[in-house]
Parts: sequence; C-alpha cells; structure tokens
Amino acid sequence: MSNEATLHSQDFLHHGHEADHGHGNGHDGHGHDHHHEETFISKYIFSMDHKMIAKQFLITGIIWAIIGAFFSVLFRLQLGYPDATFPWLESILGHWAEGGRITAEAYYALVTMHGTILVFFVLTAGLSGTFSNLLIPLQIGARDMASPFMNMLSYWFFFISSIVMMSSLFVQTGPASGGWTSYPPLSALGDASIGSKIGMDLWLISMALFVVSSLLGSLNYISTILNMRTKGMSMTKMPLTVWSFLFTAILGVLSFPVLLSGFVLLLFDRHGGTSFYLSELFVAGKVLPNEGGSAILYQHLFWFLGHPEVYIIILPAMGMVSEVLAVNSRKPIFGYLAMVGSMFAITLLAFLVWAHHMFVTGLNPFLGAFFVLLTLLIAVPSAIKVFNWITTIWRGNIRFTPASLFSIGFVSTFISGGLTGIWLGNSAIDIHLHDTYFVIAHFHIVMGVSAFFGMFAGIYHWFPKMYGRYMNQTIGFIHFWITLIGAYLIFWPMHYEGMAGMPRRYFDYSNWASFNQFAELNTFISFVVIIVFATQLLFVFNFFYSIFKGRKLTTPNPWNATTLEWTTPINPGHGNWPGEIPEVHRWAYDYSKDGKDFIPQTVPVSPDESGH
Amino acid sequence: MITMNAPKNKIHPHKYSMWIAMASITMMFIGFTSAYVVKRSQANWLSFDLPAIFYVSTVLILLSSGTIYLAGRQFKARNMGAYKQLITLTALLGIAFTVCQFIGFADMKNHGLALDSTVSASFIYAIVGAHVLHVLGGVAVLLVMFFRAFRTRVRTYSSVPIEVASTYWHFVDGLWIYLLIFFSLAR
Repeated sequence: MSNEATLHSQDFLHHGHEADHGHGNGHDGHGHDHHHEETFISKYIFSMDHKMIAKQFLITGIIWAIIGAFFSVLFRLQLGYPDATFPWLESILGHWAEGGRITAEAYYALVTMHGTILVFFVLTAGLSGTFSNLLIPLQIGARDMASPFMNMLSYWFFFISSIVMMSSLFVQTGPASGGWTSYPPLSALGDASIGSKIGMDLWLISMALFVVSSLLGSLNYISTILNMRTKGMSMTKMPLTVWSFLFTAILGVLSFPVLLSGFVLLLFDRHGGTSFYLSELFVAGKVLPNEGGSAILYQHLFWFLGHPEVYIIILPAMGMVSEVLAVNSRKPIFGYLAMVGSMFAITLLAFLVWAHHMFVTGLNPFLGAFFVLLTLLIAVPSAIKVFNWITTIWRGNIRFTPASLFSIGFVSTFISGGLTGIWLGNSAIDIHLHDTYFVIAHFHIVMGVSAFFGMFAGIYHWFPKMYGRYMNQTIGFIHFWITLIGAYLIFWPMHYEGMAGMPRRYFDYSNWASFNQFAELNTFISFVVIIVFATQLLFVFNFFYSIFKGRKLTTPNPWNATTLEWTTPINPGHGNWPGEIPEVHRWAYDYSKDGKDFIPQTVPVSPDESGH
Repeated sequence: MITMNAPKNKIHPHKYSMWIAMASITMMFIGFTSAYVVKRSQANWLSFDLPAIFYVSTVLILLSSGTIYLAGRQFKARNMGAYKQLITLTALLGIAFTVCQFIGFADMKNHGLALDSTVSASFIYAIVGAHVLHVLGGVAVLLVMFFRAFRTRVRTYSSVPIEVASTYWHFVDGLWIYLLIFFSLAR
C-alpha cells in the first residue's frame, strides 16, 4: 500500500510550469505520461486513478441499472397484462416464461433481483461509488485518495460481487427470490422455495463481497476528506457534496458490518445446521430439528443496516443537488451550516429508527412509540433541507440545464415522497398500510426516483469533468420531462391502490374481486413503465455517444462554478493539477457577490469585500 | 506528506483509515453480541462454561501484543534483526492463539456442544470464529511485513506500516478480551 500520490507529487514538481499550456486544449494525462508509460491495463482496467475508478463504478452501475430496470418491465408486464401472453418472453426466459407468461417463481426472482440490483448495485455503488470517487479529491484539492490501492480494491470487490450476482441469474434453480430483504426462514431453508437454493447462497456471497467493497471505499472517503484537504480548505469551506459523501461514508462504515454479521449467521443457519433464526418449522410435511431461533432477530440486524442504507442512497443525491442548484441559480446555497447540520441530524437519526420497518412483527407497542417519535423527527432536518433548496433557487438567475432540471425534479419528488413517510412512520396507520402498494409508492418516489434524479443531475453536471465533452442537451430535456411525468404517473396511482389495501409482492391480483377495480390502472402503469424505460435507454445512448462524439469543452470551467474541480485542466491526468494544488481562500458558494457573477474558491478575499 | 502545501503535524491517512476500520469491525461485533443478548433473553437458552483453553489463548494474545509493541520499537531503532524475530514471534503467537481456539471448539464438541446443538453454543462458534478470522488477517499482514523486511532493493524507513499493524493487533487483542468478558458475564 505505498502511497502513489506521494510519488506523483514529485513528478509535478519537476515540470509544473511547462504543463500550463495543457489548459484549454485537453492534453490527456499531461505531466504524467512522461514518467512511467501507462499501459491499457494500468490505465483503464487496474487503475488507481480516482477519476478512472469513478468511471468504472458509473459504467458498471449503468449496466446494472439497465438490467434492474428491465426486470421491472418484465414483472410489470405480468401485473399490467395478467391474461396476455408474450411469446418473446419464452425465447429470452425459457421455461421461466412457459407459453409467454412469466411463472410465479420467475416473478418473485425478478422482484427480488430488481430490489437488490437497484438498492445496492446501482444506487449505492453506482451513485456514491461514482461521485465520491470523482468529486472528493477534486473538490477538496487532493492528488488522489488516501489509499489509491484500497480504492482500486474497492472497485474490484464490487466487480467480483457483480459477477457472482450476475451468475446467480443463470443457475438452474434461478436467483434468490425471497425479496431483497432475504428474511428467514424462507431464505434460510433450501427446501422452502427454489429461489432459496443455490441462488440464495450466491446472493449472500455476492452481498458479503459487496459489503467489503463498500467498506474499503468508505474508509478511504472518510480518511481522504479528513486528512487530505488542500491548504485553506477548512471543513466549513467544503462544498456540500463533500459533506454529503462524508456522512454517507460514516453511515456505511457503521451500518454495513452489522448487516454482514446478520448474513454470517444466516449462512450458518443454511449450512451449519444452527438455529439462530429458525424454530419449530415444518417444510414439505417434515418437522425440522431447529429450535430456539428467532426470525425477528434477522430483521433487527437487517434493518439496522437497511434503514441507514436509504440515507446512504439519498445523501449523495442531496449533496449534488445542493451544488447543482446553487451553481445554476447563480446564488449562494441558502443556509449552508443548516444544510450540514441537517445532514448530520439525518445521519444520527438513521441509526435510531430501524424498527419502524417492523411495527407489525409483534414489536412492543410502547417501544414502537419511541420509534414513531424518532422517525417523525427526521421530518425536521428533511424539511430544513427542502426549505433551503427552494430558497436557494428563489429569485435566482436560473439556468435550465438538464442537471438543474433534474435537481428541481429531485426536490419535487423528495417532497411528495417524503410526505407519505409521515403516514407510514406512524405505527397505527402502518397497521393498515404496511406491505401495500402505498409503501411501494412511498419509497420509490422518495428514495428510488429522487436518488436517480440526483444521480442524473450529477452525471449531466459533471460529465464535462469526466470526459471533456458535453452531453446532448436536447436529449437531456426529453429525458427529464418524460422521466418526471412518467415517474409520477407510475407511482402516484399506487398510493390509491395501497390505501385500498392492495398488498405488494403478489403475482396475480385478478382472483380478488376487491382489486379488480385496479386492473385498468395496472395496465396503464405498466404502459408508462415501458415508455419511461425506453427513455432511459435514450439517456444511456446519449451518455455513451457523448463520450466519443459529444461537443468538446473549450473552457475548463463550463458552468462558471466556484469549486476546485473546475480549476483542473479539461482532461486532468493522474494527480489532477499539473502544477501546485491551488490554495483555498473562501467558501464554495460566492455567486453574485459584490457585482461579480462568481468568485472561485482560489481567489483571495480582498479587503474591501463584503462579508459572508 | 502528499501535497507540498498540506498542513503539517497531521495523522497519517493510513493510520486514520485503520481507526475507521476498527470502528467498522467493532460495529460488526456489536451486531453479533447484541444478537446474542437478544437471543439470551428468550426461552431455551442453555448456559455452559467456556472451554478452559480459552484462558490459555488469552495469555498468548496478550503476550503477542507485547511482542509487536517491542517490534515497533526495534524497527524505529533500525535493529532489523530483532525486529524480524519479534514480528515472527508475534505471528507465531497469533497462530498458536488460533490453534487454541480450535482446540476449544473441539473441547466443546466433545462435551456435546457441537455447532448445531444449541443456539448458545452456535453463537460461540460464530463469534469466536469471526474473531479468529480477524486474527488470521493480522497474521497475513505480519507475514507480508516479514518478507518486506528482507527486501534489499527497496528499503523502507517509514514506520507507518508497523504502527498501523501494531494498532490493529492491539485491537484484535482487546476485542478478544471484550468477547471473553462478555461471554463470561452473559452466559
């Protein structure tokens, strides 16, 4: 684990000045290639450059997102058209869709994999892995991560984890199908369902590797942010993005290990004959010897991660949205310290609310009351953040780019999804609403759609930094409007289905007279799903096309932003700054100040400047 | 350190990462032991005495903390011979600790407390086993450092690796003491 960055800082000393002409005409890796030739493998595959690792996380995440979203199209076909047959399904899924209709087993496998892939592989690794890697060193003024080697390992553990999860899709008994939460006893007993056989083992192995990847990454993010800031970059001068990545990493480091211990015990139950989670069970007419276990124990361990996990997903999106909104409103972020404080409050509360996922498991109602209170408390920091975002764009000189539109969309979905959280956080109302489509609507809007919007905002905004080119704006606008309208059309009606008591995770509702009223609504939702999915493919096309053919950058600072990443050359080499790392003199949000449109962080504070 | 204009007197990032990693591992064992506490309060809990050899292994791992501390001092004094001997001794004590834990497992099994016998025994296997894996991870690191000490082409004068390894070693030591006290009190 030698510190690569130390070596490179020597290189830069030697020819810091001659590299200056690299500004503006996009020298690739200038000031770096001279010293040791990079092969294709060391540059693109086993790279230790945080920017390349970020791209690896992003592209792997995009591939997973396509797969995960496609799975939702498949099971929406079943829900929207329960009587129709699609012969092409049989040609891609084989006996999982005999006669062109998805089997019940395949349906549950698709739902489980959709959840697992989107929550962990896309919105954790793909979102926080990408942008923490890209932005932390660039925005705090560091050459690279604290340990570039561990950073590389973090990606490769994620890659192996992806391979294992992907291979579980192809085993004969199919992937895990007990839901993304993998509750025992279903997940602990191979005989309980075909999805609980080898697919479940692969799921657990893959997730264990994923936890290792996430821990290696988070360790690095925290020690980089706390140790490697450039001169003048005090904690309170950091952009909110970096704060959000810091809190995300702290959440990950403290909650993922608990999930791992839950998984270890589950593996023992599966293969060691132990009874941590199992007691007095009958499977296939046989009495099992297991006694004394508690299935609820797993739920406690799982949700101790599971709840912080939703903040691991949403916090990076919040940070990026704050940054994008301030830049594109040409106004300082409103209430910077309140933003940091509310993220801290969310981080703290994240560890104290897990049992609100378990109100109906027989949890002591008195205990439940405490969890209700703590859960509802999260509304306070969330409301502060929403207020500050709205106040930031209020009377701003707003530039409507795809990034800023997605940020505004984020605020919209975060409000409408967050409000239903207040309903679900009440243990009394939850008795009616738990495990219905109301829950699906709530968490998809507040966590799924919002986090995706934050991610899209980040991709559109920092794409020029990643590839030295712009993404196509027109396609970006089409992408935004269809996705925003589509997301609401998909998830809004689900609230009504949930309030009517329609349970989630059912394969076919047509046997229930009470839910027949929703048959046409379900068809409509599935129809919108297909359109929105096609629009995401348009985005993927735009992304890959723009890497090679997008409009080239002519200035290193295309958005006129104040933060440090835009002081690097258009295509920075490993080490980011060809010369010295710039010194920071002010916070990240000096927009429209003293008659100037923006003042970069590197500009010294002049004596006649008004205070901030 | 990393940059020319980075402030001085800061803790080395690798040391920092190790502290965060230890917090992370601590959370994992908090997860384990709180699961143990939850289970213990429920019916059908069988309580039993820990294998006596666990106390032998406690002495071994305490000794090894002493040897790695001395190894760090010898490294800083550039007494590389003594340094190599001491980290070898530390690694051997770590392996001896592991062997003792497995003898303890065999002892439990002989007394009818196999892995799948009762939940309280299963917990010992799972938690002590997870701890042994962390000790073995430390042994692997010591082996790497042992072979690095023989390199002639590149000599390292930085004491950061031995300090980080030493911190980790004391941590797994402390973790075992915690587990031993926990298992003795919460039977």
